[in-house]
Amino acid sequence: MSANQSEGPRRVLLDPTGERNPDVTRARLPRLARLEGARVGLLDISKPRGDIFLNRLEQLLLERGVKVERFTKPTFTKPAPLDLRQKIATTCDAVIEALAD
Amino acid sequence: MHVCGQAACSRSRDSLEWVCDAWYVIRRRRELDWDVVLHTAIESCLALVMAVQLHYLAAHRRKGDADWSRLRDVLQPTQMDTRATRSTYPDGLVAFVKRDCPTCVLVQPVLRQLAQHTKLTVFTQDDPTFPEGLSPLDDSELERSWRNHIETVPTLLRVAGGGETGRAEGWVRSEWEALSGVGGLGPDLPAHRPGCGSLSVDPDRRIDLAVRFENHRLQARRVELAPLEDEMEATFERGWSDGLPVVPPTERRVMRMLEGTTRQPREIVAVVPPDMVECAVEKIAVNAVLAGCKPEYLPVVITAVEAACTDEFNAHGLLATTMPTGPVLIVNGPIRRALGMNSGMNVFGQGNRANNTIGRALQLVIRNVGGGRPGEVDRATFGNPGKIAFCFAEDEEGSPWTPLNVDLGAAPGTNTVTLFPGEGPRSIVDQISREPESLARTFAECLRTLHHPKLVMAFDCILAVGPEHARVFADAGWSKVKLVERLGELLSIPGSQLVRGAGGIAEGLPEHFRAATLPKFRPGGLLVVHCGGRAGLFSAMIGGWANGAVGSQPVMREIKA
Repeated sequence: MSANQSEGPRRVLLDPTGERNPDVTRARLPRLARLEGARVGLLDISKPRGDIFLNRLEQLLLERGVKVERFTKPTFTKPAPLDLRQKIATTCDAVIEALAD
Repeated sequence: MHVCGQAACSRSRDSLEWVCDAWYVIRRRRELDWDVVLHTAIESCLALVMAVQLHYLAAHRRKGDADWSRLRDVLQPTQMDTRATRSTYPDGLVAFVKRDCPTCVLVQPVLRQLAQHTKLTVFTQDDPTFPEGLSPLDDSELERSWRNHIETVPTLLRVAGGGETGRAEGWVRSEWEALSGVGGLGPDLPAHRPGCGSLSVDPDRRIDLAVRFENHRLQARRVELAPLEDEMEATFERGWSDGLPVVPPTERRVMRMLEGTTRQPREIVAVVPPDMVECAVEKIAVNAVLAGCKPEYLPVVITAVEAACTDEFNAHGLLATTMPTGPVLIVNGPIRRALGMNSGMNVFGQGNRANNTIGRALQLVIRNVGGGRPGEVDRATFGNPGKIAFCFAEDEEGSPWTPLNVDLGAAPGTNTVTLFPGEGPRSIVDQISREPESLARTFAECLRTLHHPKLVMAFDCILAVGPEHARVFADAGWSKVKLVERLGELLSIPGSQLVRGAGGIAEGLPEHFRAATLPKFRPGGLLVVHCGGRAGLFSAMIGGWANGAVGSQPVMREIKA
């Protein structure tokens, strides 16, 4: 490698990305130590037959003494609305999301 | 001013307090000449510091104090920025010339006349010895010309208090005499003669000058390549590519791209999913460079990004879906011709730069700015080749019907881009039908199969009618409305054919629809465009994704410069 090759003009490109940094304010919450007495949200994303899966889960959770809250997204194709996310976050200790079909 | 300088170099809170005190003292001096303060600040490179401090004072120290607010308005940082970067000169006259301009050569005796009466500074853009005898200053780097926005040579500036108070461009005796206050200029010269273009606005140099003197306008992170790194490979390795080579986004290329729009680089256009990242004009320009766009395509790309990132179009869901759909862009209006877009032969195919790079740029914005990458949030089972780029123009001139954008409510002649969530195009072949009823029945039979012959109303469709098929309808006097109405009749399907189990096929509608009659498409769900080559008795259909509030609505937006 000659000196000329290593000392060519600076080549600079512009970053086309969103330049996002890892968001340390949204670190993962610790797992629940126990389910007894906890309040668990069941989120139906409005895909067909999500209710079948969630009904069964609700039954199993209730048998174990877990309090259950049911939630539904308006449509599976869009992120959950902010107020729904806030409601789940403020009323539940954990949430189970039923993804699909 | 001294205190300002100290504060600019110091991080202690004390020095900031001194600034407040200093400004308080200054403010009490009602007779203060703010022009002098301003010019002194500019000359001592303190203009920005001063403006920042005034903002601080107006916002925090003197809330509701009208004087401070007024000062803050006068000293907007943007204005200060401009003024601070303009070069200042001694009072008198300043001329910009080049030898390669006959008018500059012509006015040499006038410049000598002026030099006898007043302080004259001459900047020369090409030959540092021109004009002889006037000790011209060399501006072959064009920095002075650039910073003073010189567009024509000769340009004569009048300077007072370090700032420009007037300018004359080209040679107009009356203007030069009024500006200089010297009479009888150039008695042997014609009364006026237009000048030549300044080298600082020469198309071949302008972009390089912008990169040298204005690259601070670009805020994107700079990525410096290692000395032996191949720049094409570097773009792949950093994950910026959709799988095909991209054009490396250098400052020069991005600056040039930004010339395609009147919008400011920092203007936020949209919040791009799935990461929900605010996207400024500049980031769209960077991705348009990657995609291979020309600057004049940029307004279409910006509008497409705007349209895609709406709740109605729902680019988030369209990206995340397992279905093989992506954004399809349809361009209408005179801009199609201006950009040389293809609406004819091979309209959905390869070979046209505008069609392919505009569609690609939108997808690269979603990939790079929004973070929407296949295998991550993009969960498509199959995808389709159009997810690299799927953009085309409607053949409005050859169409017997109204263009799509007018159907969707735009005024005729408006430049628009319409986004449709579509799969790849499928061919409709009918080489025999010469009667509209027969051809409509062919269309209906083919459209019925969209996604599944037993699924109805959930998906919209673009019906792209080719010129030879359109002629069959036009010759029989069928309007587009009539065609769509007839297709609606032909595609009214008995529920008994659609319910689960019908035809021995489990897929279908719930049993309670058995007695109903259902349309294949919801009202307005069939969009008809005219495009394609002039030979071939074919049309095409582009199936949609989940429609309406559940999924995605077609979105049309007007393209603005």
